[in-house]
Amino acid sequence: MDYYNLLTTCAFIHLLVSIPYAYSNYVENKAGQFFSSGHTNNWAVLVCTSRFWFNYRHVANTLSVYRSVKRLGIPDSHIVLMLADDMACNYRNPKPATVFSHKNMELNVYGDDVEVDYRGYEVTVENFLRVLTGRLPPSTPRSKRLLSDDRSNILIYLTGHGGNGFLKFQDSEEISNMELADAFEQMWQKRRYNELLFIIDTCQGASMYERFYSPNLMALASSQVGEDSLSHQPDLAIGVHLMDKYTFYLLEFLEEVHPASQANMNDLFKVCPQSQCVSTPGHRTDLFQRNPGSVLITDFFGSVLLHDMKQLVADVSSQKPKQKDWHPPDGFILGLWTLILLVFFQTYGIKHLKHIF
Amino acid sequence: RGLLTRLNTPICIVCYLAAIVWFMGLAFEPFTLRTDMSENAMGSTMVLLRGASAVPRQGVRSSQKTGAVSTWLVKAMQSRGLEVFTQSFSRKLPFPDENKERYMVRGTNVYGILRAPRAPRTEALVISAPCSPGDSNNQAVGLLLALAQYFRNQVYWAKDIIFLVNEHDLMGTQAWLEAYHHTNITGMEYSPLQGRGGSIQAALSLELSSDVITSLDLILDGLNGQLPNLDLANLFYAFCQKLGVLCTIQGKLQRNDWDTAEGYTHAAQTMMLMVLKQACGRSWGDHGLFLRYHIEAASVRGINSFRHYKTDAATIGRLLEGMVRKLNNLLERLHQSYFFYLLPSLSRFVSIGCYMPAFGLLVVILLLRALDLWVHLGAPALAAVEGVTEAQQPSGPAVLTVLTPVVISHLTGVALYLLPVHLQEMAVEHFPVSETEAVVLTAVAIYTTGLALPHNTQRLLSGEGTEQGWKVLKLTALLYLAVLLGCTALINFSLGFVLAVTLVPITASMTPHMPKALSALVMVLLSPAFTILYCVFIYQELIEAPVSVSEGWMLFLSVISQGILDHALYGSLVYPLLALFIYPCWLMFWNILFWS
Repeated sequence: MDYYNLLTTCAFIHLLVSIPYAYSNYVENKAGQFFSSGHTNNWAVLVCTSRFWFNYRHVANTLSVYRSVKRLGIPDSHIVLMLADDMACNYRNPKPATVFSHKNMELNVYGDDVEVDYRGYEVTVENFLRVLTGRLPPSTPRSKRLLSDDRSNILIYLTGHGGNGFLKFQDSEEISNMELADAFEQMWQKRRYNELLFIIDTCQGASMYERFYSPNLMALASSQVGEDSLSHQPDLAIGVHLMDKYTFYLLEFLEEVHPASQANMNDLFKVCPQSQCVSTPGHRTDLFQRNPGSVLITDFFGSVLLHDMKQLVADVSSQKPKQKDWHPPDGFILGLWTLILLVFFQTYGIKHLKHIF
Repeated sequence: RGLLTRLNTPICIVCYLAAIVWFMGLAFEPFTLRTDMSENAMGSTMVLLRGASAVPRQGVRSSQKTGAVSTWLVKAMQSRGLEVFTQSFSRKLPFPDENKERYMVRGTNVYGILRAPRAPRTEALVISAPCSPGDSNNQAVGLLLALAQYFRNQVYWAKDIIFLVNEHDLMGTQAWLEAYHHTNITGMEYSPLQGRGGSIQAALSLELSSDVITSLDLILDGLNGQLPNLDLANLFYAFCQKLGVLCTIQGKLQRNDWDTAEGYTHAAQTMMLMVLKQACGRSWGDHGLFLRYHIEAASVRGINSFRHYKTDAATIGRLLEGMVRKLNNLLERLHQSYFFYLLPSLSRFVSIGCYMPAFGLLVVILLLRALDLWVHLGAPALAAVEGVTEAQQPSGPAVLTVLTPVVISHLTGVALYLLPVHLQEMAVEHFPVSETEAVVLTAVAIYTTGLALPHNTQRLLSGEGTEQGWKVLKLTALLYLAVLLGCTALINFSLGFVLAVTLVPITASMTPHMPKALSALVMVLLSPAFTILYCVFIYQELIEAPVSVSEGWMLFLSVISQGILDHALYGSLVYPLLALFIYPCWLMFWNILFWS
């Protein structure tokens, strides 16, 4: 009779002690699921490689992606924006200080607070590769650096004129797909990214990601090898084509995404099918470790604002051990309580037990 | 060697026929290429044309005196916000121009510069309208002012736009261009320009004689047969199609039925007109003088003919606005499309690669003949070595035999070039003719005097002419003619081809052993002067205004006077070429004919 009492009380005490532990594990799992990509900060490198007034649409492409990533939370300090020409203040722009993406001037992507880091002739292959690999002279200002670490997710967007295996920079030089792949490998070796999303909108864009060989790379392109990416709409008042088809539909897709959105990469792959784009967009995920369906759009286009969620959850869940240095061992407490109960029931007799239960 | 001699004549005949057939076949539509805009920077015609809505109904008051017109223009341009400047020029023609009735020319150009609001002043576009008192180009000036007013309100100009109203059409343009580029090649006196834009990228010249027009004619032929870049014609045609304006070239509307006989003849006629216009080396519109400075320019002429559908000035204003806006987008001078071409119609063209073989076949005839002669000249030397040498052929007299006709022919050519203008006072004293007639008739007289020369040059020589002598002369003359025609065709294909068509058959076949009277007649009938006469008649036929023989003769004389004037005033090279090179060459062959 006494032992029966002892057993139940022991079980009760055990339960009391283990509930906080179970709860902290649950929270940790949930948090772990939410931040499964393992990144703690987001960067974006957005490059427009063509100049001249008739390449207005490439600048508009880049500015519309810039607008989206800013809207979803990445600050200017984490965006490296490279525009090869100034369309907003071009002499031929009938609406100075604007760059429109939709005809009839529906949307001005130049906005009020565009911060261009590399402008005009500074957009060269060498500068682009130096930004990616971090090999910049010490005098380079912070706004022109990609200060990413091994927990950064980076979005890289390139647009301009390209061909099979190369992208043309400013009518004077080219970057080849092998150079780009090697640059990403350098970034991996220097632990400059956690995961990298590469989007390219040029003719034969898929050739640019063919040669990638570093891990954690996902790539999207607007057209396959042998296909041209087409421009979308002209605006008659401005007199040029405003956007390319792929980025236009990408912008429309991103306008629907908000910071808490659960849209994932599979939705992004469906943007601009051939019926809308005429060219066939392509993507590459074999180097990426996670399943694209579990990768959120905001993993790359949005921004992670908290520092290190996993550690914080662990801290929150185990507050008491932090506050107190030492507590008596569990077995001792169990034994103590058993002893107290034994003495109690021995003193007052077991018949009082039925009054308690 | 024997093969060459035997087959020479048949090959020559085949080549000649092939050249003619090839040339005529150029107008056949499947052999031509469709015109397309090659310059990427210009883009397509997608541009919103709000149009020059403020087109004034009345034009420049033409009854005013010269000074009043330019003052009015200065005020009008200033009120539209342009920087206005004037330039005065004067020139005394070598002899009176009877077509335009002028001798001492004095004029004023008025031009206004619309500065690009945000761009540096490094490049410019020119829109010009020739306007002289008593002229009927008032509407063009009115359109120019309306365009200036509209353009002033736009912010998208990357180049300065110069609105030029020049007096005495070509002369005013010449004075303005010379002053702009700091050159003086024609001896004109002008005041220096006070205001300047940057380097001129393109120019358009407008000629509108009435306020409603039915079609727009595009004129491309410039001085010395130079043509603007084909992209300018493509641009014009693209906008004509977009706005639904009827556009013609050489005054002829395009037809769609290329597979019928009428369609083909139509295209061939258009092409022949272009060839004839290019061959005479005149500038057929004010734009022609811009081409020398590597400025792509074209003239647009409004034509009012009997059609139901009329276009108003506002549509023309929109067309010009579109063209100027697209030219504004240019980053470099037009260079992507062809500079040498023939246009059977506005939408199809023949490039230099297609039409040069026609000329090449003609030159091949000359070279084959020369080769044949060379071989023959080598052969008697062998025969002389074997057998008994009858007459030693010392090289001394042989060279002298050749040199004398050459020198005398060229001296005659120099006389033909210099004397008509210099001797006009003397001729006017002695004969009851006007100065122009004196000049032209002197030229004709010297030309015919040259025909009498062969009988005299032979007597100059000590001995009689030898068989080898005329062969050497003919060889030299053939090579000389081949080089001459080749160089001419490179610069002005039409001139080279037209000359070759008439000169090659007679020169290739000319020997002293042919019947003298008949071959003399044929030679005269195919001489350069008669070529010009035939061209005049053919031209009149093609523009559907055929002339009688006497009218044709008067026209021929005026063509000669115009040629001399063009050379003196604008630097056209056709008259010197004919007088100093082609005519002596022909005289050398005339010499061969009368070799004894």
